[in-house]
Amino acid sequence: MEGDIVQMGAYIGAGLACMGMGGAAIGVGNVAGNFLAGALRNPSAAGGQTATLFIGIAFAEALGIFSFLVALLLMFAV
Amino acid sequence: MATEAHGAAEPGLVFHPMDQFMVKPLFGEGAVGIFTLTNVTLWMALTVAAIFALLVLGTAGRATIPSRTQSIAELAYDFVRKMVEDVAGKDGLVFFPYIMTLFLFILFANVLGLLPMAFTTTSHIAVTAVLAMMVFLTVTIVGFVRHGAGFLSLFWVSSAPLPLRPVLALIEVISYFVRPVSHSIRLAGNMMAGHAVVKVFAAFAPMIIISTGIGLLVTPLSILAIATIYALELLVAFIQAYVFTILTCVYLKDALHPHH
Repeated sequence: MEGDIVQMGAYIGAGLACMGMGGAAIGVGNVAGNFLAGALRNPSAAGGQTATLFIGIAFAEALGIFSFLVALLLMFAV
Repeated sequence: MATEAHGAAEPGLVFHPMDQFMVKPLFGEGAVGIFTLTNVTLWMALTVAAIFALLVLGTAGRATIPSRTQSIAELAYDFVRKMVEDVAGKDGLVFFPYIMTLFLFILFANVLGLLPMAFTTTSHIAVTAVLAMMVFLTVTIVGFVRHGAGFLSLFWVSSAPLPLRPVLALIEVISYFVRPVSHSIRLAGNMMAGHAVVKVFAAFAPMIIISTGIGLLVTPLSILAIATIYALELLVAFIQAYVFTILTCVYLKDALHPHH
């Protein structure tokens, strides 16, 4: 019975941790959207900035991946 | 990681989505030791063989008008070289062979992992952590060898107001040491998540066998979803290899030019 409650807590926690991915989604959308807005204003400068775009996306995404990792740890390691 | 207890009792989900990431010995059923040949070993060897086939055998003709394989090899070479030059600067080109190796290994491991029944070596944190730690150590050692104690000015943001600098230094130190963690987990997490999603939809696909009513709706939808996510995964496989290498270049730039 006690084990069941611990298991339940782990599953609820894993589900809650996945909310962090929503934050990462907002972040990635922000980066990409602002890049597009800037690129449409000055298309000639856009090509040189794709590397910056991907670096920004990667940093924003990393934090979402951390929450996914927490969910995985709760599911399989705890 | 996953146990067979998961989902085994339910009729729909006959396999667990994380089962594909289990490390198994190639021959026999024994425990996995350091020298055991496992599916990881096999797919890493296949990755290296594929890179060898592309770069060494593909360019063996050294044709002036390149064949298709040679064009791909040259394209990859130019792509990575330009990336290193743009991000890390001209003096970063010393590290071009290392970064090219990283890029091709990750790209091929990601793409080969997309084959059905394949094992994605880069979905394991053990693999990506080694890659990321090697980058971290290289960058740190290069920084100290090139600049000595001056490398520490990376943490001392001289453009910020003086009272803020100790706070910023603390943040910079923490973010410096989190680098290998985020570097490795980003790649492993992306690969693992994508493959797990494909497997989850694959579990719903045979629904039509169990019940024709709901299956008529669920099965075509999940097959469509598998195809779509598969295409997305192909893109992700490339982008993650690109992101891993470009971050390596960014870290390398910090080591070569630590002054803000």
